[in-house]
Amino acid sequence: MSTLEFTEAEEAFRLEAREWLAANNPGRLPSMDTAEGAAAHREWERTLASGRWSVVTWPETYGGRDASLTEWVIFEEEYYLAGAPTRISQNGISLLAPIIFGHGTEAQKERYLRDMTDGTLVWAQAWSEPEAGSDLASLRATATRVEGGWKLNGQKTWSSRAPFADRGFGLFRSDPSAERHRGLTYFLFDLHTDGVTVRPIDQLDGTPGFAEIFFDDVFVPDEDVLGGVGDGWKVAMSTAGNERGLSLRSPGRFCAAAERLLDLWATDPQSHLRDQVVDAWIGAEAYRLYTWGTVAHVEAGGSVGAEGSINKLWWSELDLSLHETALSLLGADAELSGPWADDYLFSLSGPVYAGTNQIQRNIVAERVLGLPRGGR
Amino acid sequence: MRFGRTPEQHAFSEALDDLLGAADVPAASRAWATGDHSAGLKLWQRLAELGVTGLLVSEENGGLSASAVDLTVAFERLGYHGVPGPWIESVAVAPRLLPGTPEGDLLARLASGEALVSVAPGKRALDADVAERTYALGATLCRAEPGAERTSVDPTRRLFEVTPGEEIATIDPAPALDLGTLACSAQLLGAGLRLLDDSVAYVKQRTQFGRPIGEFQAVKHLLADVRVALDFAAPLVHNAAVELDAGTPTAARAVSAAKVAAGDAAYLASRTALQVHGAIGYTREFDLSLWILKVRALVGAWGTPAEHRARILESLVEAR
Repeated sequence: MSTLEFTEAEEAFRLEAREWLAANNPGRLPSMDTAEGAAAHREWERTLASGRWSVVTWPETYGGRDASLTEWVIFEEEYYLAGAPTRISQNGISLLAPIIFGHGTEAQKERYLRDMTDGTLVWAQAWSEPEAGSDLASLRATATRVEGGWKLNGQKTWSSRAPFADRGFGLFRSDPSAERHRGLTYFLFDLHTDGVTVRPIDQLDGTPGFAEIFFDDVFVPDEDVLGGVGDGWKVAMSTAGNERGLSLRSPGRFCAAAERLLDLWATDPQSHLRDQVVDAWIGAEAYRLYTWGTVAHVEAGGSVGAEGSINKLWWSELDLSLHETALSLLGADAELSGPWADDYLFSLSGPVYAGTNQIQRNIVAERVLGLPRGGR
Repeated sequence: MRFGRTPEQHAFSEALDDLLGAADVPAASRAWATGDHSAGLKLWQRLAELGVTGLLVSEENGGLSASAVDLTVAFERLGYHGVPGPWIESVAVAPRLLPGTPEGDLLARLASGEALVSVAPGKRALDADVAERTYALGATLCRAEPGAERTSVDPTRRLFEVTPGEEIATIDPAPALDLGTLACSAQLLGAGLRLLDDSVAYVKQRTQFGRPIGEFQAVKHLLADVRVALDFAAPLVHNAAVELDAGTPTAARAVSAAKVAAGDAAYLASRTALQVHGAIGYTREFDLSLWILKVRALVGAWGTPAEHRARILESLVEAR
């Protein structure tokens, strides 16, 4: 860390986080995509919130510490190095909350923000539809105007966290006559209300991390429209930016995994896989340094645009190759269920979700390199 | 800015671009490859006026006492523009090697750009035919006489066999080797950036099936991957320079990581550039060849990827 200059306050913040985690971290919990694991993860979110570590960058009014971006990355480094659990509140905190802060009404902030910081309300992301993956503009689920609100109809799929979540957020077509990108509205909805059917789908790892959600005349009051009616696309694009960019995959996660990979390699130092082990470390180190560069850029007033796609391509490919190397080192034992196998299966999803890596490459080519659009 | 270049470093980079962009560097490179050094040496003088040759020489010897970060700024641009000559040897390595030795008298003339030297970190010395003095660097520092010329895959790199001669000093070669490796990494990064820029420009104007080939997803994806690789190599190069300047215990490891990543990224850029250019990219007459061949040569120079990976692993294991 010596190449980066941290202030005394930042070093103190790091120490406080480290000490708190050492005293409170429960370690690895059962998968959050099981009933037992979901309960344990909600409990952990409560503990985190009680220490005010759940949403460090948020204003104190909503349970945060008003921490800087630098402090957030410091916290995440400590969090992953401590081996603390994955975050069941991630959809809410990382994807929905920035939208509520940016586009929500005061009433929505009051109603939802605090409850997502302590696991009281767990949110499901209802992005995809059976005929719409990365092509969000082709969404078909509808919202029809009724007195005092809207009626939702249609189907969402691959909805992360939905089997054990409380509420969902997603886009619905509120004006069928408008062009593809227009006429979409962003709705918040209750997963346990009349007309909603949640059908869990087992993921590759055997846990029901996804669900299909069916909407049959589901009433949503006007107060649960997020952003303006018809502005859903604009609002959703800022969410996608959050998911692909800095907020979801902090470098601490990969640095910690690279450290564990070195431990694994040390059990068989003669392995011919040593170059791959080194490359995993280099990749994680590059990601850490790149992230600090982004932090400096953002703190100097810059923004992260299409570069978020560069970021997503790197961490998703790194995560996968790092875990493939671990399985190779494990040899025949690689097929046995365990932390490496579980994390490997999770890493397989990286190049697929949050906009496939093919979509990301198109974005990099068109918006960063300036190549012509069109032609698929 | 806590992690990034200063406004002065940006300005230095732009000044180098202005100078080198206006010079016909490819012509100088092609002449250099035939042993005609005149255009290359003229370029050397003009870069000396911008301070490049004196970056690491102390102020008392007429240099700038600049940082390793400044060095990477310069070498990235030298790589981008494909400048030929023993730059790493004269500008990055010798100023760390010679102070305190009987050869210290050379430093002022290195700083002013009057003298060029070559340093062989192994069996061969680059451009020893144009160097005023040639050194062999092992556990000790020796003068060396250039012997037979060997042909490099990069024709602008004129290599000469050396056998160590008179011993000059007992030194720790590591700091100078690390600076050479760092400069080489920055040069690779710059060459990779150039290969990407030239490829992007080419696929925008080259049409097939009635449209620019840059519209095809298969082409876009190749170039996007190059952008990603270069963007993540850059902070490793910067960090290695910062660590060398600060003298951190992990500086050598950081240099090795920079060399591996910059070499991989530049090599990917060269392979991709050749692929998207098609047959024209496979010709010597087209300037792209200058960078494709230089990258291949530099990937193996100043420590191979395998050697640097081994050094990283050793350091990581030691730290545990």
